[in-house]
Amino acid sequence: MTGGLADLAVVDPALAERVGVSAVQVGIVLVGGPLLLGLMGKLRARAEGRVGAPITQGLADLRKLLHKEAIRAEPTSAVSAMAPVVLVGSAAVAAALTPLVSTRPVSAGGADVFLVVYLLLMGSIALALGGLDAGTAFGGMGSSRAMTIGAISEPALLVGILALAVQARTSNLPGIVKASLAHPGWLASPQRILALGALVVVVIAETGRIPVDNPSTHLELTMIHEAMVLEQAGPDLALTTAGEAMRLGLLLGLVANLFFPWGVADSGGGLAIAVGIFALAVKASALAALIALIEVSTAKLRLFRVPELLAGGFVLAIVAVTIGLVSR
Amino acid sequence: MSATAYLIGVSALCAAAVLGAILPAGQRLLGAALLSAVGCLAALAGSGEVLVSGHPFAMHSAEVLPLTGVDVSLDPLGALFVAITAIVGLAVSWYSIGYGAHPHASRTTTAVLPAFLATLLLVPAASSVATFMAAWELMALTSLLGLLGEHRRRPETRDAAQWYAVMTHIGAAAILFGLVLLGAHAGGQSFAAIAAHRRELSMPLRSAVFVITLAGFASKAGAVPLHVWLPRAHPEAPSPVSALMSGAMVNLGVYGILRVGEVLLGGGELWWWLLVASLGVTSAFFGALHAAASTDLKRLLAYSTVDNVGLVLIGVGAAGALQCDGDRLLAGLALVATLFHLANHALFKSGLFLAAGAIQHSTATRDLDRLGGLARRMPVTAVLFGIGALSISAVPGSNGFASEWLLFEGLLQGIASRSAVTQAALLAGVAALAITGGLTATAFVKAIGVGFLGQPRTQAAREAKDVAPSMLAGMGILAVACVTLGVVPGVALPVLERAAAGGLAGGAPHALRPGIGIELAAARGAIDPALVVVGLLAAFILAGSAVRFAPRPAQLRHPRRGEVWGCGRELQTARMEITATSFAEPLQRVFADVLRPDHDLEVTHASESRYFPEAISFHQRIDDAIERLVYRPVIAAVVSWGRLARRIPNGSVHRYLAFGFAALLLVLVVLR
Amino acid sequence: MRRIPVLDALFPRRVTEVSPGRSKTTTPRFPGSLQLRHVDAGSCNGCEVEITQVFAPVCDAGRFGIRLVASPRHADGLLVTGVVTKNMAAPLTKTLEAVPRPRVVVACGDCAVGDGVFSKGYGVAGSVSDVVPVDLEIRGCPPEPTAITEALRVLTGR
Repeated sequence: MTGGLADLAVVDPALAERVGVSAVQVGIVLVGGPLLLGLMGKLRARAEGRVGAPITQGLADLRKLLHKEAIRAEPTSAVSAMAPVVLVGSAAVAAALTPLVSTRPVSAGGADVFLVVYLLLMGSIALALGGLDAGTAFGGMGSSRAMTIGAISEPALLVGILALAVQARTSNLPGIVKASLAHPGWLASPQRILALGALVVVVIAETGRIPVDNPSTHLELTMIHEAMVLEQAGPDLALTTAGEAMRLGLLLGLVANLFFPWGVADSGGGLAIAVGIFALAVKASALAALIALIEVSTAKLRLFRVPELLAGGFVLAIVAVTIGLVSR
Repeated sequence: MSATAYLIGVSALCAAAVLGAILPAGQRLLGAALLSAVGCLAALAGSGEVLVSGHPFAMHSAEVLPLTGVDVSLDPLGALFVAITAIVGLAVSWYSIGYGAHPHASRTTTAVLPAFLATLLLVPAASSVATFMAAWELMALTSLLGLLGEHRRRPETRDAAQWYAVMTHIGAAAILFGLVLLGAHAGGQSFAAIAAHRRELSMPLRSAVFVITLAGFASKAGAVPLHVWLPRAHPEAPSPVSALMSGAMVNLGVYGILRVGEVLLGGGELWWWLLVASLGVTSAFFGALHAAASTDLKRLLAYSTVDNVGLVLIGVGAAGALQCDGDRLLAGLALVATLFHLANHALFKSGLFLAAGAIQHSTATRDLDRLGGLARRMPVTAVLFGIGALSISAVPGSNGFASEWLLFEGLLQGIASRSAVTQAALLAGVAALAITGGLTATAFVKAIGVGFLGQPRTQAAREAKDVAPSMLAGMGILAVACVTLGVVPGVALPVLERAAAGGLAGGAPHALRPGIGIELAAARGAIDPALVVVGLLAAFILAGSAVRFAPRPAQLRHPRRGEVWGCGRELQTARMEITATSFAEPLQRVFADVLRPDHDLEVTHASESRYFPEAISFHQRIDDAIERLVYRPVIAAVVSWGRLARRIPNGSVHRYLAFGFAALLLVLVVLR
Repeated sequence: MRRIPVLDALFPRRVTEVSPGRSKTTTPRFPGSLQLRHVDAGSCNGCEVEITQVFAPVCDAGRFGIRLVASPRHADGLLVTGVVTKNMAAPLTKTLEAVPRPRVVVACGDCAVGDGVFSKGYGVAGSVSDVVPVDLEIRGCPPEPTAITEALRVLTGR
């Protein structure tokens, strides 16, 4: 059953519930993304022997930034104003469609995994154009590096997802989650494990964590994501930071629910949704802790070694698909 | 009715060509352009009727060509290509009104453009070998004349014309050889006769014909390694001509493969289609990489055409392979996706070429490193270029996304097929789709970011102004078509299904459900672009208002204009901006083995000591590696053989008489 | 120490001496979240070493929401060390211009405040308050990390 514009013409309670689920998902990603970042920061701090900022620090930073003034550089065009909005908007729509809490978001029939991947690509393009708008060398350098890494991580991402889609015979996200719920034995299959490895590498690359990028560096020549936002101030920066946090939350939730779908609400009702939210929080936090552990134990890779890492992820994904096809 | 409309269309275009040649300067442009536009509309109406009703028409005229007569028939497959060409031709005709005011515009372009369009409309409708080859050669000739329309004294243009002429002629020779072989053995030169007798032909003969004609058609389509004319010819041609070449002419290469492989030869063997798919995978990767590394805007677009043709060939190969495996439902799905992508590519690529032409019109350059800041000086062109660039990068809500999604679905569902070789090929296809998606996005972020954003890098960019309304209208037609097909792709799908059914031997059942979005039958997957676009707009409005209306003290409410943050530096000039070359540098380093850049380092030492350099000069060039590694040795070998052979006719009459005598003896012996 | 009278008139000094437990500041506060951009206007790097310790495990100013950022556009204010040399006067002003309001300037160390050993050098344009308005002064040569942390906590209120 596709929900769609045709359905909106007829108001029916199932549709209202689906819209509610999507709204809840967007809200969770909006609040949960900064919380996950805070959790990762806290774990890093503890590993380094510090107490570190509280987990809610990200939300406090966002609130403060919204009340500051925005500054736009002189040569910029409307792109600087629109890029953060597009980043947040695309992440929000992707969060609305992905089965994070329940397998019945709005338009469950149209919630395709390739759509989500390309919505994230849309956000990356917007961010890169924002970095190029002021015409500075650092902004352009950041955009160039970010787009290159994005381009090289696309094959690993899409082939990794292909491994799951081939197993479930569909690329529809609720369909994959339901198929995974129906076949718990799939979790231990080698193609799933290899695909998980590939997707973890891609998530690290897409969200700009060590070993691909250091989010807290001050040296412009080592920056990738940070360099694109050097010109943004106040509310623009708030939107960009929120957008990047939403992308992290979305990616972690998506990977968690594709590989470990237990807890995702398959029916309506407040209790199922509450269980779904709790399960999502637990799974996403576990994945975030894993990534923080990787961050703490490795050093940032030289930029020209990152393609080797992503090529490794691609090889994992190809092997996963091949094993899946051969073992059918 | 459809036949009449189509014929009116073609005749109007021929008349426009004549008018463009003979009218005086003042009325020439307007007359030719209006008549071309009318012709394109008529052709669109005719082909549209064939597509919607599904009824082909056929005509034969014994007068125009001696010995064989002319056979024209339009079935849904050909009608699709005619329709695509007609829409692109309409936009290009409108654009050429304003373009003709360009100081370099010439009468040749105005006269040749409608003629080129007419031949582009004739090729898909040709239904006999003679008509097809006549139309094909006319298309090559008119496009060559169009290429030489401007700047014909410049060495680059002459060079490009030479490469184009030789390659297209060799391709035409290959196609002619293959088709004549086919016609001779099938006992008739009309396509209907060939299709009727194809079962009598042996498989080795069919394979030989397919491979020979594939070489010719792949060269016209621009598939690697036969693509080297494309990045030379497209930048040098006038913009309306390059838009037609990229948007309509390369499609006909794909049309030829489908027509010969599926319709005439009846599907054939698996390895044919795997060959096509492997050509597609190489073209997609190679084209996307070179597009991402190019700094010349039109060369970037030309390589991007090679990339998209690669994607289309992957789809064609997948469709053919699945059909050989017996799965006609999935083969039909793959072919619908391919034709959809072909149509979308025609729309956004010609729009992009027209916009590049507008930029060249205003700034007299197409080098991205000399542009910049055009978004504020040429806002409408910037928006139209942006729509084309976002469509080609497959941003959700664009037509590029709809067709790439459908292609992914076709490959994904097809991977569940039986033979392992097909599975491997489809997997390679998915990997190629993935890498080209990312590389294309990089290339177009570079084109927009370096060309339109930031500060202008030269005086010409600083003084650029937006172009004439007719040029904007031409681009606008294509942009509107892109956006419409992106938001409601479902309207085009029934037409594409009919064309795909005509393009597969044995037809294909319906793989898609009707609706405004795209939905696969058997509930295997769907997307709803209209809902996504509505959701995105709502999200943008909400995010924007949250920022705008967040509580702030009065003097902080509006954004402040400040200097660019330059680490406290006194001055920020255009020389400090990112350049297109440096934007592509990380990619170039990663893929250095494929791109093989040419580095030239010259160090002049001070006379006193070798340890003190006085001047250092560094040049970098990224040539087409295939041209350098494959073509140049071949050309050098041919040239050296030619030199050797030149020694044979040394001027001595005795030697010539001896040759004549030996040849006569040989013929007599052979004919015994 | 040279004073620049015009600047004195336009930007009267609003300073606070930091002592534990008492603060008479009227500076804008940034409850729970403070990002600062460090500017070395001509210091000997002694204060920088102490600032490094502020964010290290013992003092750990990060737990109060204080962070150093790379771009002034991301910052709430500047943390300036050293005397302002003649070459750094204009860049310092530009850096402050790039900070979105509301903003603060924290002068860290005796040199920045105006009492340092290098204040009478020939390449020196003045103290930080001679070039930009200063909201918070931290004395010491160099100030101890705990003193710097306490001073910054005045701004975050945590």
